[in-house]
Amino acid sequence: MKKTIATLAIAGMACALASPLVFAGPQEDQEAFQAFFTERFPKVPMDDFKNGSYAIDPVGRENWEAIEEFPPYETAVDNGKEMWDTPFANGKTYKDCFPDGPAIGDKFPHWDKDRGMVVTLPLAINECREANGEKPLAYLKGPIADLLAYIGMESRGQITNVVIPEDDPRALAAYEKGKQIYFARRGQFNFSCASCHMGNSGSTLRTEVLSPALGHTTHWPVYRSKWGEMGTLHRRYKGCMEQVRSKAYEPQGEEFRDLEFFMTYMNNGQELNGPGARK
Amino acid sequence: MKSRRPHRCGSIALALGVAAITASAWAADPPKIDLSGGDAAKGKELAMDRSKGNCIACHMIPGGESPGSIGPALIAMQARYPSKEALAAQIWDATVKNPDAVMPPFGKHEILNHEEFVNVVEYIWSL
Repeated sequence: MKKTIATLAIAGMACALASPLVFAGPQEDQEAFQAFFTERFPKVPMDDFKNGSYAIDPVGRENWEAIEEFPPYETAVDNGKEMWDTPFANGKTYKDCFPDGPAIGDKFPHWDKDRGMVVTLPLAINECREANGEKPLAYLKGPIADLLAYIGMESRGQITNVVIPEDDPRALAAYEKGKQIYFARRGQFNFSCASCHMGNSGSTLRTEVLSPALGHTTHWPVYRSKWGEMGTLHRRYKGCMEQVRSKAYEPQGEEFRDLEFFMTYMNNGQELNGPGARK
Repeated sequence: MKSRRPHRCGSIALALGVAAITASAWAADPPKIDLSGGDAAKGKELAMDRSKGNCIACHMIPGGESPGSIGPALIAMQARYPSKEALAAQIWDATVKNPDAVMPPFGKHEILNHEEFVNVVEYIWSL
């Protein structure tokens, strides 16, 4: 009996020491994520993924390139520049909040250690406004999209580089929460983000080509023909969730900010190319 | 009837090593449904209707326009499924057979009501 217990104990220990880690770290996740897409789309150069489905749909690309001759986001960029240049009522400007601006696209989203939260660019913009006695802007469309379009245009060419600080476990927790949201099935249709944008990327939903998740965070805000106007990333998150008949999270709430944190980290190395034009 | 909106994690890219948390309670077998009296013509309408079955969104269907390419073509169904009940089970909840299936659970999540479900099964069975 004693021998059996000893054998079992040794076997158990051996199993525990030999068992592989169930959860890889973010770096391993990111490498696996990007490798998934470079293997799935071997003909797509790494710097083309930022063009979304136009990297894999030749007819869509032709139409898109024609649209880009007279980019539909130009007015937004002009409006955004005016916003950036116009002082608040108290005389301060956005530059006082963002001294490196307007080319600050690559600074967001980031982990804020003091407040223990993910900070996105739209959130930071509204915090700047409120700190200077201005009303915050709505997060889905309208003036915020104009300002983001200007910042996006100025930030073109910057490289996505989200950092998850190793000395703050809450940052990793936020990343993991975003990852969970990405892979969780939701809604009456029971889809996860990954259902369409990973395993079925490149397939068609009726005639719509499903874009790969690699490249998803580079080109915001977007003039979407379907909207007939500009919209933000969180507007698209909301739309996607409602399309699968799920209740969407709050724009710029904790869930969407954690989701953006995860998705942008997955896109590290990708060049920013906002604002974008999409179908 | 209140429609449920369950959330659960499914493993997608194994390469990512994301743990799959599959609660077996979710993968329930379909209830015994009376599949008789289905109207295939109505089922076809539902199959093409974006707000209903919308089967054409993912499946090529003979006679359908602009199909998606996510699922297999819906042809030779009676060769592929041993019975109408087996096909109905798949449409009810495809994740029972394959937890990674992206096909929505048309029966279990009440995307189609009982009559619509029976009509769609009748139509798909005829393909």
